[in-house]
Amino acid sequence: MSEERSIDIEKVADLARIALTNDEKSKLSGQLNSILEYINKLNELDTDDVEPMAHPHSVFNVWREDKAETGLPIQEALKNAPKQRQNMIVVPKVVE
Amino acid sequence: MGDELHFKSAGELSDLLSSGSVSSVEIVKAFINRVEAVDNSVKAFNSYDAEDALAQAKVSDERRVKGETLGELDGIPVGLKDNLAVKDQPLTCSSKILESFISPYDGTCIQKLKAKGAVLWGRLNMDEFAMGSSTENSGTHTTSNPWDLERIPGGSSGGSAAAVAACEAPVALGSDTGGSIRQPASHCGVVGLKPTYGRVSRFGLAAFASSLDQIGPIARNIDDAALLLNAISGYDSHDSTSIDIAVPNFRKAAADVSDRKWTIGLPKEYFEESSDPAAIMPVFDAIEFYKSQGFEFKNISLPRTEYAVASYYIIATAEASSNLARYDGIRYTSRAEDFDGKDSIDVYRQSRALGFGEEVKRRVILGTYVLSSGYYDAYYLKAQKCRTLIRSDFENAFESVDAIMTPTSPTPATLKGVHAEDPLAMYLSDIYTISANLAGIPGLSLPCGYVEGLPVGLQILGKPFKEEEIFRVGRIFEKAHAFKDEYPEL
Repeated sequence: MSEERSIDIEKVADLARIALTNDEKSKLSGQLNSILEYINKLNELDTDDVEPMAHPHSVFNVWREDKAETGLPIQEALKNAPKQRQNMIVVPKVVE
Repeated sequence: MGDELHFKSAGELSDLLSSGSVSSVEIVKAFINRVEAVDNSVKAFNSYDAEDALAQAKVSDERRVKGETLGELDGIPVGLKDNLAVKDQPLTCSSKILESFISPYDGTCIQKLKAKGAVLWGRLNMDEFAMGSSTENSGTHTTSNPWDLERIPGGSSGGSAAAVAACEAPVALGSDTGGSIRQPASHCGVVGLKPTYGRVSRFGLAAFASSLDQIGPIARNIDDAALLLNAISGYDSHDSTSIDIAVPNFRKAAADVSDRKWTIGLPKEYFEESSDPAAIMPVFDAIEFYKSQGFEFKNISLPRTEYAVASYYIIATAEASSNLARYDGIRYTSRAEDFDGKDSIDVYRQSRALGFGEEVKRRVILGTYVLSSGYYDAYYLKAQKCRTLIRSDFENAFESVDAIMTPTSPTPATLKGVHAEDPLAMYLSDIYTISANLAGIPGLSLPCGYVEGLPVGLQILGKPFKEEEIFRVGRIFEKAHAFKDEYPEL
């Protein structure tokens, strides 16, 4: 982590798929940079030989029986869709 | 204090139901009346369905008449944080993006409560997607602390803690990712438990940070918290991180009064760096009480404590940015209509811009950044390594102590608006609670006194899967004090 690293708010907001107003951009980049500055504190800690921890307990691949189970009925699964037609979700056109 | 039903604990109500001196319908009516009387000022609820609750109560009473009662919780109302999935009920996470969402299924803990006959009671306010420590980040409204309506109830399970403190529900479920059960319990003068990670299935809990989230009970006393924990605990094939381990009878274990020599650790990092000892004075009094009961106290060190907040805000935001990617305006969330028919990426961007509040945007963007190409090793991987060290601090400490005591929060409830413009200051206020989530250990917050009329919580941290031990330790204090019988005036 370099000390001068600062957040490119345009780029990250785009990756996060969130449209921001100009006011939000300037406010958020200021706040996020001060949070990042605080987070850089972790550099003080030597972690060279430390295993990363993804999960509190040692649980590895958890398998279930390969048996079909009943899922939600289509109408139940679709009832919260903002737009639907013929048991499908209507989305903007994604291919030309 | 009157003798009205809404002031009674779940255990007392359960006894009244068993003896036949009251019906579940009468109990539910009492809570509906209470909510109608006080929730205009407390604002703990996002919504409640009185008719549905009465219908559940009626079915419970019919079971009882036939001698088919389902146990201690049958007919008892249980309030629910608004991030738990109940079939055909709203699930808003206090977010605009889910304002019209109706859950198509029951989460595992809800299935378990239904199987025990509990009356599912209302949807309780929270910080949006559980991101916050004050319930001020709710996309619906701000909840007030029942002890002082100008103050925050804490968060993110602020609605759950305020509802129990205001006697609008005898018990409630919350969720705890970095202190979101314990800190509001502390601020509202009630009992809150974050179980060991893996004790309770997360299936049907709207995910915030999956490696940290746990569902747990909020109650007015330890007996009720133990009762509710028993109802929701256990392995679940729908949550691969739930652990297949025996579930003790917590209620019985918590009531165990047999002699045992307890050794308690006091971590110097939690006490020496406390900026304002006067703000947590009742915690010192509680420690003196335990000494008088023959408890042995040891000064311990959790040397990596100062890195917990930074590690937490990397891990939690990274996991949140991934979990919240599903709220995209396509499948089951509000869609920004003006952009319909345009580029699908614009639909995502605009739906999320309109649907998410400021704190959620901040955390999703921070989480996206720490996971983005070139930064992963420096932030996320680094934080996961720090997490290993934080857990090993606890493992070392628990070699010589049975439990650890700390304040739950550095201060009692603050006035509303204090942290509005300074998110980092709000993050730092979680300092005493987040380590337990990183380490995966259980933590209890227990009311232990007041500072200027505001409740203060004692936090008791235990070994993994030893919830019954921290209940037992807490119970010794609870029995000798009257805090569980004190209510805010509303």
